[in-house]
Amino acid sequence: MNLDPIHLLLQTLLLLALAPLLSGTIRSWKAKLQNRRGPRPWQAFLDIAKFLRKDMVIPEHASWIFHFAPYVVFLSALLAGLMVPMLRIPAPLSLFGGALALVGLLALGRFFLALGGLDPASAFGGMGSSREMTVSAIAEPALMLAIFTVAITAGSTDLSQMARTTQSTAFNLLNPAHVLAFAAIFIVLLAETGRIPVDNPATHLELTMIHEAMLLEYSGRYLAYMEWGASVKQLVLMTLLVNVFFPVGLAGADAGPLALAFSLAAYAAKLLALCAAVVVVETTNAKLRLFRVPDLLSAAFVLAALALLSMFLFR
Amino acid sequence: MSEFPSTLLLLALCAYAAGMAGALVFRRAERLANGIGFGLASAGGTLGLASFVSALASGSCATAGSIQLVPSLIPFVRFSIRADPLGCFFGMTISLLAVAIGIYSIGYARGYYGRKSVGALAALFNLLLLSTTLVFLADHAWFFLMAWEIMALSAYCLVSFDHEHEESRGAGVLFFVMSHAGTAGLILGFLILHQASGTWGFDGFASLGGRLPASLRNVCFLLFLFGFGVKAGMVPLHIWLPAAHPVAPSNVSALMSGVLIKTGIYGLVRVSFDWLGAPPSWWGGAVLAIGTISALLGVLFALMEHDLKRLLAYHSIENIGIILMGLGASMMFLHWGRPALAALALIAGLYHTINHASFKALLFLGAGAVLHATHTRNMEEMGGLARRMRWTALFFLVGAVAISALPPLNGFVSEWLTYQSLLQGFGASSSLLRLMLPLSGAMLALTGALAAACFVKAFGITFLAQPRSAHARSALEAPAPMLAGQAILTAACVFLGLFPMLLLRLFDPLTLQLTGQQLSQQLVAARGMAIAAIAPQGGAVSTLGIALMLVCLLPAPLAAWLLFGRRTRMRVGPTWDCGLRGLTPHMQYTATGFSKPLRMIFKALFRPRREVQREYDFSPYFATTIRFESHVEEPFQTRIYRPLKWLVLRASRRLRALQAGSIQAYLIYIFVTLVALLLVAL
Repeated sequence: MNLDPIHLLLQTLLLLALAPLLSGTIRSWKAKLQNRRGPRPWQAFLDIAKFLRKDMVIPEHASWIFHFAPYVVFLSALLAGLMVPMLRIPAPLSLFGGALALVGLLALGRFFLALGGLDPASAFGGMGSSREMTVSAIAEPALMLAIFTVAITAGSTDLSQMARTTQSTAFNLLNPAHVLAFAAIFIVLLAETGRIPVDNPATHLELTMIHEAMLLEYSGRYLAYMEWGASVKQLVLMTLLVNVFFPVGLAGADAGPLALAFSLAAYAAKLLALCAAVVVVETTNAKLRLFRVPDLLSAAFVLAALALLSMFLFR
Repeated sequence: MSEFPSTLLLLALCAYAAGMAGALVFRRAERLANGIGFGLASAGGTLGLASFVSALASGSCATAGSIQLVPSLIPFVRFSIRADPLGCFFGMTISLLAVAIGIYSIGYARGYYGRKSVGALAALFNLLLLSTTLVFLADHAWFFLMAWEIMALSAYCLVSFDHEHEESRGAGVLFFVMSHAGTAGLILGFLILHQASGTWGFDGFASLGGRLPASLRNVCFLLFLFGFGVKAGMVPLHIWLPAAHPVAPSNVSALMSGVLIKTGIYGLVRVSFDWLGAPPSWWGGAVLAIGTISALLGVLFALMEHDLKRLLAYHSIENIGIILMGLGASMMFLHWGRPALAALALIAGLYHTINHASFKALLFLGAGAVLHATHTRNMEEMGGLARRMRWTALFFLVGAVAISALPPLNGFVSEWLTYQSLLQGFGASSSLLRLMLPLSGAMLALTGALAAACFVKAFGITFLAQPRSAHARSALEAPAPMLAGQAILTAACVFLGLFPMLLLRLFDPLTLQLTGQQLSQQLVAARGMAIAAIAPQGGAVSTLGIALMLVCLLPAPLAAWLLFGRRTRMRVGPTWDCGLRGLTPHMQYTATGFSKPLRMIFKALFRPRREVQREYDFSPYFATTIRFESHVEEPFQTRIYRPLKWLVLRASRRLRALQAGSIQAYLIYIFVTLVALLLVAL
């Protein structure tokens, strides 16, 4: 197994380009569904470019952590993305880590994001950090258990190997373990990307926000990195969901340009379908009270546990 | 019979002994006692590290013979040591810490000049190092128990070193009582082993399990599990740990959390892998369950703490739990006849042992530096230290990232190995017991995420934002030796994280001894860049690769900067204060506030209680003074130990009637005992 630099570079660019587009699409579709005109899908790009052009204001109480955190958040999400197969199996960095490393890298980003929230000595940042760490702490076992279920079936924690196994077994849609694990990870996705039943990405009301509260003191370039990193993280989790559970169209290691183009089309279609699901969930649900969120996430945990149990029963 | 480990190793032991003697001799000259005592401790650690690492790397420890240290005057006691692979591994761990903590202590002990006897501190510290090393090496049951007792007693003296404080005395007594209850279990266990083997030497105990009847073997296992479990601090025998570790001087806390509790792990591995032989499945299941519960409860109670050192002490319970998860899984795999998996799980547990030693000692040293600078352990009075204590903050951050099992540092590597062994073990059997494996894996994930939350709190409240007290505002960076000690352990955390393939090689003689397998060839993949699961295509991880890639990807954000924002500037402005006249330190989030959501979520466990008293003039919303108190309950303390203590006290009050003080009564007791014994004998 060797590194393929071109593949690596292409996937990096794809991650960077696709991530804001995906966030923009969700925002735009959500507006459409709510009878608003809404921003265009590529507005997210323009936002990032605008942030990059702005001067930065650094809060006076902040230490070097404040400067360090945006880079860690951005890079860890990007690196995690390189471990997930997007168009081609295996993923460019599948040798460097699989599902466990991915979860670890996202946790690393979150760790520094939360520290960045605490650093400026503002109460909002601390509140956001506290809530973010709480929500993710309850989300993590559900995510891991669901991943374990798939990993045990595949006999591997490598995401490319998992996708390959799913590809080789037909009618996975009927496999209860798979369906339950998918549902569990979907709920975790909503929590991890700050979507509506858990957090509201559009809110700026102090008492309800989680992710935005940590970013409150960030401006200019750092804000751009933070926002971009968050959208890359969202793309990574969605890719994990669509490509590991529905690896339709994923190209093999020696695929030609045609196969890759087909793979890209299939990938885009799957992502858009998942986007639509997220949009519907966000529009039809109200944000939960903070202390109701654990109920939702323990439901995800129970689903994942059932997935494991069903694997035990039906095999 | 190899020549090598003995010479260097004996020199290391001599260095500790000389450090103890020197510190006592020069106890009147504080500086000299400090330099000699801790300097020799550090030198002994260096020698020990060299000897243990080379013994493990060359594999010469596998054939190491027994050496008699001093001739014994007592017929059934032999003062003999044998540096076998297991002993060498634990010896390596303690030596690593001895180097770093020894150097740190030279700076730390200056704080005691003129107040306390630095000579006594250094002497006890060396005695603790010496006896703990001997615990790992002893080759004879009585010698082991002696070293064990000396270790417990010197630790007791060190815990109550600040004996002017009521808290230290109480914690010392609690430690003393619990430790001896554990030792009683060990003595009973050794008696059973002696009865079965007819010898006190450890070589006589080796693979004794087959010759013991099953019931006796189970009793023996439970006795040792209790005895070593107390020392390791596993739930529910842990209550002494969060009391004793924080009150000791910080260098001692680091040593205690780093290695002292690992003697329990050592003993458990020695007994269940080396002596008692192929375990029944419930042993592994029990250890795995205890480990999972310890890990989870440890981190949950840590979250509720705002005493920095107590928080770290609770995390020791958590990490002992993680280690036990590896050991328990390993025992299950041995039962299922899968030695390769058993070796993997054992490596995971022991890797976590040395990792925990390095990062926990690092964090305790950091906490010591903070304590030194701010004179408080209460996190609510800290804050803003990252600007005043830059190096300490950096070292503490590395330790926090490592203990939260985040890539690419060492905590992640050992937890990755643990996850792998738990997952691959699922296919090793068809019993219902295997469901425990992924479920404890999920609990490990919960533990890891909670630990991350806890260390965001510990680092964020202590080092970031505005200082919350005058002491924190005027804090100064720690002196150079203290920083050097932390730097060594930081380097160890990074090294153990980025280069696991080097350490994995050292495990070969150990797993060969205990499970008959060598895994380093299978575990190291991609020309030493990555470590791989032992199953084919089972997944790989490369912490080195992750670290390198994080650097290689740096051009991406920098390019975005150059492309769009070359002309932007950076200026410092006030933090958004909602239009008030500036933020005060009181407006920041507190440690208690930070963990409030988790306190509410797990309220069935914590049973939080709070009292708020307001004084106001016209409306309760405009209070003039406010008093807030919040408590959480430690259920083991209130449900088990407090009633137990009460019971013991009541029973001893009854028994006091026997101790009347009259000589006639005592003569009657002796007579009755004699008659009773004669009756039994007849």
